[in-house]
Amino acid sequence: MYRLIESILIPVMALLLSLLVFSVFIMLSGSNALEVLATIYRGAFGSWFSWQNTLVRAAPLMLTALCTALPARIGLINIGGEGAMVVGGLCAAVVGISMNGMSPMVVMSAMVITGMLTAGCWVAMIGALKHYRNVNETISSLLLNYIAIAIMSFLILGPMRDPATLNNPSSFPIGEANMIGNIGESSIHWGLVFGLVVCIALWFLMRRTSFGFAVDMTGGNIRAAQISGLGVGKLIIITCFLAGAATGIAGVIEVAAVHGRANLSLNSGYGYAGILVAFLARHNPLAIIPVAILMGGIRASSGLLQRGFDLPDATTLVLQGIIFIVILASESLYGRIKWLRPMAVRHG
Amino acid sequence: MSEQKLNAGRRKALKTLSALSATGLLGSFVPGAWASAKKVKMGFIYVGPRDDYGYNQAHFEGKSSLSNLDWVKTFDEENVPETIEVVKSMESMINLDDAQVLFPTSFGYFDPHILKVAKKYPDVMFLHCGGLWDEKKHPKNVGSYFGYIDEPVYLAGVVAGHMSKSGKLGYIAAIPIPQVLRNINSFTLGARSVNPDITTNVVFTGGWANPVKEAEAANSMADQGIDVLTCHVDSPKVVVQTAEKRGIYSCGYHTDQSVLAPKGFLTGAEWNWSKVYADYAEMIKSGKKIPNLIRGGLKEGVVKPSPYGKAVTAKAKSDADAVLKKFMNGSMVVYKGPIKDNTGKTVIPEGKAYTQTDIWLESMDWLVEGVIGTTKG
Repeated sequence: MYRLIESILIPVMALLLSLLVFSVFIMLSGSNALEVLATIYRGAFGSWFSWQNTLVRAAPLMLTALCTALPARIGLINIGGEGAMVVGGLCAAVVGISMNGMSPMVVMSAMVITGMLTAGCWVAMIGALKHYRNVNETISSLLLNYIAIAIMSFLILGPMRDPATLNNPSSFPIGEANMIGNIGESSIHWGLVFGLVVCIALWFLMRRTSFGFAVDMTGGNIRAAQISGLGVGKLIIITCFLAGAATGIAGVIEVAAVHGRANLSLNSGYGYAGILVAFLARHNPLAIIPVAILMGGIRASSGLLQRGFDLPDATTLVLQGIIFIVILASESLYGRIKWLRPMAVRHG
Repeated sequence: MSEQKLNAGRRKALKTLSALSATGLLGSFVPGAWASAKKVKMGFIYVGPRDDYGYNQAHFEGKSSLSNLDWVKTFDEENVPETIEVVKSMESMINLDDAQVLFPTSFGYFDPHILKVAKKYPDVMFLHCGGLWDEKKHPKNVGSYFGYIDEPVYLAGVVAGHMSKSGKLGYIAAIPIPQVLRNINSFTLGARSVNPDITTNVVFTGGWANPVKEAEAANSMADQGIDVLTCHVDSPKVVVQTAEKRGIYSCGYHTDQSVLAPKGFLTGAEWNWSKVYADYAEMIKSGKKIPNLIRGGLKEGVVKPSPYGKAVTAKAKSDADAVLKKFMNGSMVVYKGPIKDNTGKTVIPEGKAYTQTDIWLESMDWLVEGVIGTTKG
């Protein structure tokens, strides 16, 4: 109980504090802070249109955040989400294009599975390099992003290029029938459902199973984990694989629900934005859901701020940055709030 | 937002007014009220920052120039990626700001995003920069506009040809698509019209905004003895600044970059979107049908050369001005045979000429003789 209250109270307070700091920034730049905050709320959550806008932007962030969150639980700082998303989307497009004509259900499933497997292996490679060769995973994951993007550029500008896409090079289309559509009458694609389901499933795995316990233990003290007989190498590789697989789905969604083909916009920063979401969620897969929605909302409101107040797009980046710093700083508060202590004694 | 409500209020008032006018009571009062409510509302979307000294800034400057027309209301968004986010930005402009016409300016916005949203909002006009509209395939409320910017690029080539001492020019380009290749070829043809031995080295960076690679390419070109640099990327800032730092000349692109390189800036090719956007606003105001395809070059005022930099010699100026005059009176043809590509194959035979408007030029997949590089990227 104590933990739950603490884990809700501290982020909420941190959020309020960051809004306060942000308001000061807005006032210094000469706008009315209250109006700006009200506009952010309206642009993000003020109407059904705004909600759809927010959720559609949140969907890929849920999946790419897992790419950083899961490895972080086992003690690895992985920032390879961008590359994993590109790899997953690209490979899914290859499968989708070559299976064109088969039953859409089969093609869609094949694309999702391919995206998960390939992106999973991509990130598992980062874990394996770390465990067996002691290659720093932060550096290798960052560099692998560039490799993934370069491979994509090569394929899309070369062998996979549809010659009809003259000035916006793209792969051949996967076909309208094989597209994953929107949820009901809304303008939200099924990527959101994938994001929610995967986050909840991985939360269950990480917090309610012995596998998740072993991962947390390895992350806490790798020597202790080894001494108690855990197969640390295997744990690292499986965790990284799951992280990559989740992110691969985000790539598949970009191809199969948004563009209908693979093109250079597979690399549009969702992987990097996911890092922020993962840290804000303190690497808890369940917390990723509300954090991703919050970030999606901030991104969704950017347009209104620009149009209504003539503020640059960077304003929302400033807000994101402030939230990031304040939440990270608030980490030090856990277990230190005096008036919450008695509850800890009572409930353990 | 308050204006939003005001407009809604106005619309209601108008309904009442027109009902009244039907009875002949307020007939003379209506047109004035109608005109004030009917501000032309134009929304602009850019893929990068408004102040990138390049592609996006060119559009932003075009948009800003409309602010002196009091019957136009404009609004814009920057840094909108070519994903579902641009779909949402467009819908938001339509639903919340009553946009009548949208200018999503980046290439990647067109297919599938603009096409998808256009079907949903048949009363809104979607005008896309890039000239991809196809009568057979695309909705009627979509259009495109573009300029023959390779004309001022050719002029820059003429100036570069005069100014280069080593006879080696450098072109830093994003990806090998027809538009980019056409600029590289026009630049080289311009330079070789001055000195037939000139070569242009090409480096493709693989992306539209890749500042690190652009700087690397610019430095390595300077190391190879190349003494005039130009580029076709979203923001020429890095290339122009690097050239200045290395003490070599540069030609700009998209907007005027002369402030970035006061010593070495020669000239450049610029968009003149303020004219294009003002024309569109005028068409909407007068209720004219908007053509689905608008194109033009120097003569039509869609593109323009940057003012000459300090370093440019009188001879270079007079030569380039002479060519400019030919462009302006329509007698200049850049792609006139015989033209060979850089593998030695004749692509345009003797006696054959492709004028600017020729659609064949828009699927260009070759580099002209004198260009060192391949279209493979």
